[in-house]
Amino acid sequence: MKFVDEFRNPTLIRQASQEIHRLVEPGRHYRLMEVCGGHTHAIYRFALEDVLPESIELVHGPGCPVCVLPMGRVDDGLSLARDPAVILTAFGDMMRVPGRGGSPLEHKARGADVRMVYSPLDALKLAQQNPDREVVFFAIGFETTAPSTALTLQRARLLGVKNFSVFCNHVTIIPAIRAILDSPDMRVEAFIGPGHVSTVIGCRPYEFICRDYGKPLVTSGFEPLDVLQSIVMILRQLRDGRACVENQYARVVPWEGNRPALRAMAEVFELRPFFEWRGLGFISQSALAIRESYAEFDAERRFSLPGVRVTDPKAAQCGEVLKGVLKPHQCKLFGRECTPEHPVGALMVSSEGACAAYYNFALRKSNGAEPVGV
Amino acid sequence: MTGLLADTVEDPPVCLAIPGKIVEFVPDQPHLAVIEVSGVRRRVNIDLLRDEPLAEGEWVLIHVGFAMSRIGVVEAEEQMRLLAMLGEDTLAMEELAGYRFSEPPARAEDNA
Repeated sequence: MKFVDEFRNPTLIRQASQEIHRLVEPGRHYRLMEVCGGHTHAIYRFALEDVLPESIELVHGPGCPVCVLPMGRVDDGLSLARDPAVILTAFGDMMRVPGRGGSPLEHKARGADVRMVYSPLDALKLAQQNPDREVVFFAIGFETTAPSTALTLQRARLLGVKNFSVFCNHVTIIPAIRAILDSPDMRVEAFIGPGHVSTVIGCRPYEFICRDYGKPLVTSGFEPLDVLQSIVMILRQLRDGRACVENQYARVVPWEGNRPALRAMAEVFELRPFFEWRGLGFISQSALAIRESYAEFDAERRFSLPGVRVTDPKAAQCGEVLKGVLKPHQCKLFGRECTPEHPVGALMVSSEGACAAYYNFALRKSNGAEPVGV
Repeated sequence: MTGLLADTVEDPPVCLAIPGKIVEFVPDQPHLAVIEVSGVRRRVNIDLLRDEPLAEGEWVLIHVGFAMSRIGVVEAEEQMRLLAMLGEDTLAMEELAGYRFSEPPARAEDNA
């Protein structure tokens, strides 16, 4: 077995897989959603579905920030780059996300000043180094990343930087999970909870999933063994008729979350009344806006944005894939018009997107590579 | 690394975090610490971990320039191994090297 040797603990992997096989009830089908795109990536990379019984179906959740960003927001952000005074900055994940008039990278190729940064603090530094320009940071991400934007704005104020602002597209995971739970075409029995989002928000915010919807959630680490152990914990809950929040990733995730991060977010951000998610539609109180007290750093207040709504290309079925209704390869464009080299939808762009992960890793099986093995 | 070079690398994933060991604090810059990852030293922001004192030798997970959680040495090794297994250890090192705010400032007031 080629890949099993990569694991630090092949014996434990086998044991976890055997335990999962033991726990599944004959004739029962299990739909488990991994909420986080990092998990989606790991699941495909390690071909974990191959060590699971066929009755366990992993449904890929909405936890990939660029994937859930509607194209209209991409266009709004890119409209800023047409202003020659503006330096638009974004994470690498954003650079190839297609807007209606091309991706940030294509705008750059056409002469717009779009620059990739690894940290919002890099964007702030760029503003300090270019006092005659307006530097805008195109902020995306869940609660993992939102605190870093909040702290960056606090520093911008402390340092008196006047030419820096943020185009805020931070989203929050709980309303998205609630929307999935309330969606009539979604039947998920349990959740593999996000790892790093939970280091910020802790485990308590998930309790409603168990209390109000009767479904288990287990926050999980990213190693293959973590994911398998989380599935074992979920199956045990389902077997016993329990539904509670359990923390498989306790070595990193504190139950109460990260208080300085939550404080910084509360000071800088407020909830938007509603926000559009690609595939999920408008979800109330599901995204963050910059508070009035930080208005001078809010690109949406500083600049006039078109505020466009763009429907996805008709043939692309990103929404269905995002909701787990379709598998990536069931989309009509998958692997034909839409590839990682020429993405039509954002799910094919980010390494955390289900389509890119599926394209890059799931297809290798047909090229003779072995799964982890049991 | 220059911005131009940075634009040519693959997209670093938004979610995965990089383990680093705190080797030094920065005088007069209490929000920064020097961390070491595989022999490379960079400054990162530690404001998210200031509720309890941090010490040299502690390990943290780094995300977009910020230390976001404390971890043990075993978890740090696991995380580095995981990045390698995912084929993203090179990207992680490029991200670290790419932090511009981390460069020693030309002037103190430039220090983001």
